[in-house]
Amino acid sequence: MANVISDETIEYVGILAKLELSGEEKEEAKKDMGRMLDYIDMLNELDTGGVEPMSHVFAMHNVFREDVVTNGDEREKILKNAPEQKDGSFKVPKTVE
Amino acid sequence: MKIWEMTALELGRKIKSGEIGVAEAAKASLEQIGALEPEIHAYVTVDEDNALKKAAEIQKRIDSGELTGPLAGVPAAVKDNLCTEGLLTTCSSKILYNFVPTYTAEAVRNLEKAGAVILGKTNMDEFAMGSTTETSAFGATRNPWNPEHVPGGSSGGSCAAVAAGECFYALGSDTGGSIRQPSSFCGVTGIKPTYGTVSRYGLIAYGSSLDQIGPIAKNVSDCAAVLETIASYDKKDSTSIPRTDCDFTSALTDDVQGLRIGIPRDYFGEGLDPEVKAAVLSAAKVLEEKGAVVEEFDLSLVEYAIPAYYVIASAEASSNLSRFDGVKYGLRAKDYEGLHSMYKKSRSEGFGPEVKRRIMLGSFVLSSGYYDAYYLKALRTKALIKKAFDKAFERFDVILGPAAPTTAPRLGESLSDPLKMYLGDIYTVSVNLAGLPGMTVPCAVDSKGLPIGLQLIGDCFQEKKIIRAGYAFEQSRVYQEPELAKNVRTARDAAGDGMSGRREPGAARADGTYMGGVYTPDKAACIASDKITGYKADGTGKGGARL
Repeated sequence: MANVISDETIEYVGILAKLELSGEEKEEAKKDMGRMLDYIDMLNELDTGGVEPMSHVFAMHNVFREDVVTNGDEREKILKNAPEQKDGSFKVPKTVE
Repeated sequence: MKIWEMTALELGRKIKSGEIGVAEAAKASLEQIGALEPEIHAYVTVDEDNALKKAAEIQKRIDSGELTGPLAGVPAAVKDNLCTEGLLTTCSSKILYNFVPTYTAEAVRNLEKAGAVILGKTNMDEFAMGSTTETSAFGATRNPWNPEHVPGGSSGGSCAAVAAGECFYALGSDTGGSIRQPSSFCGVTGIKPTYGTVSRYGLIAYGSSLDQIGPIAKNVSDCAAVLETIASYDKKDSTSIPRTDCDFTSALTDDVQGLRIGIPRDYFGEGLDPEVKAAVLSAAKVLEEKGAVVEEFDLSLVEYAIPAYYVIASAEASSNLSRFDGVKYGLRAKDYEGLHSMYKKSRSEGFGPEVKRRIMLGSFVLSSGYYDAYYLKALRTKALIKKAFDKAFERFDVILGPAAPTTAPRLGESLSDPLKMYLGDIYTVSVNLAGLPGMTVPCAVDSKGLPIGLQLIGDCFQEKKIIRAGYAFEQSRVYQEPELAKNVRTARDAAGDGMSGRREPGAARADGTYMGGVYTPDKAACIASDKITGYKADGTGKGGARL
């Protein structure tokens, strides 16, 4: 395997991805990612010099609309999906001491 | 002919003429569902009570002359990544096991306006990531042609439901082949339209620059009619494109005289099953005999589409799926210490192995130091692939090839080697990268009794050309139903109860997933048991993928 993923890299990617992996999952992830990157490295065979990265196939410019509220108050409906709620708001663990 | 055997348009005509009632049609689908679901598991949620209520309502509007469209009263199914107001929408993921949207996806709204009766939500690979519908947290869907085989994915539930007569048509979504590949495996027709044709508003995003919603049905005519209905310019989707040429049914003519069809040699090389190859080439012959000009050519860059696709799709997925954090909806972990621990624990418990794998890869290719080497490189490759297609479409109206290298694999065969599974997308992903329309039309059944699909690819906004070619080809072949779907009466008689999967209305569910009057398979049991899936959804069992 050409791409060897270090423990530090998996740790870092886990932070970016907001995932908590078990020891076994980390080992699997290192192997999986290494294999995928080996495969993806095939792209290096291509000369892409001078080629603009294409994010969208159609040349669309920023699509703007007026910042006007069109929907009604759906607080109650939306809060029905909340894992926890309090006083008409989403409840989350304490974040500021 | 039994009701469930009709095409959507045939049924629509009979409903219009008063020969068949809307409720009668819905009951015909529900009967197939009741009898076949224990074996097929195409649905995550069946909304029986509401469907029947809706049927009565639509009948009135048809009788009063208010609803006159060709699909009025015809029962349909919707993939479970399309939001439906008041109806459970799970993306086949544990993290959304109890999510009830407060709004309806634009494509589904368009169907409702046309008088569709929505029967329920279909199973899929978790967050549309997979090619077999085995990564669903609620158990795999099985192929109606042979339940030992997968239906393909990620829209495997929609395709299996259509093939089994459990609905008359369905909506799917296609990010890298998720409509076309399962259509091929299940012997049905499916279209992935040009990017921007169908609004993505209310489609739970996977790879936003690649995702497109499309129809799945028994034939090309039905697909054209459904696509005509769901296509619309929508300000709520900033990538929506205003089009004035969405009268797709006008292209349903048995005339391919002079149509220039290109066969990419690169699609017929190593890895292609000889039976698939023979069937697809003989389909090309049929079109040639009808007057099309068929020619081989080199498309080039085909092998680079998969690595480019997995970089781009995973990158977009890692961003799109960051919204699932246990705050506003869905699963929240029980034990955590502080906000960040809650995010991490909820996500780690809620996402399955394939989703985690792609979020990790996506986070990596977007991280500083790797962004240029991987993400921008993939976007540059995408530009080259688009250019290769542009060149091909200077010479051809339609590109013809297989939809997948093989017919449906057996359950449990694919997930153990993700890279091998990704390679199965070789004929479909480049179409998404280039934003093109593509369609699968069934063209044969192999020696194992499994369907083979033909893929037709058009230039951007040229759906009508592929619809014309597909329709012309279809005239040479009679639509085939899987035996299993036809034997429902026997199955019911044997069971002594057609609705064997049915729960009594009002039965409460401990995990809160059971909505009033809505039938859902026992999701907790699906997760815990390997009875339906053949592997455990937590990844510990036979064939289960692990991160």
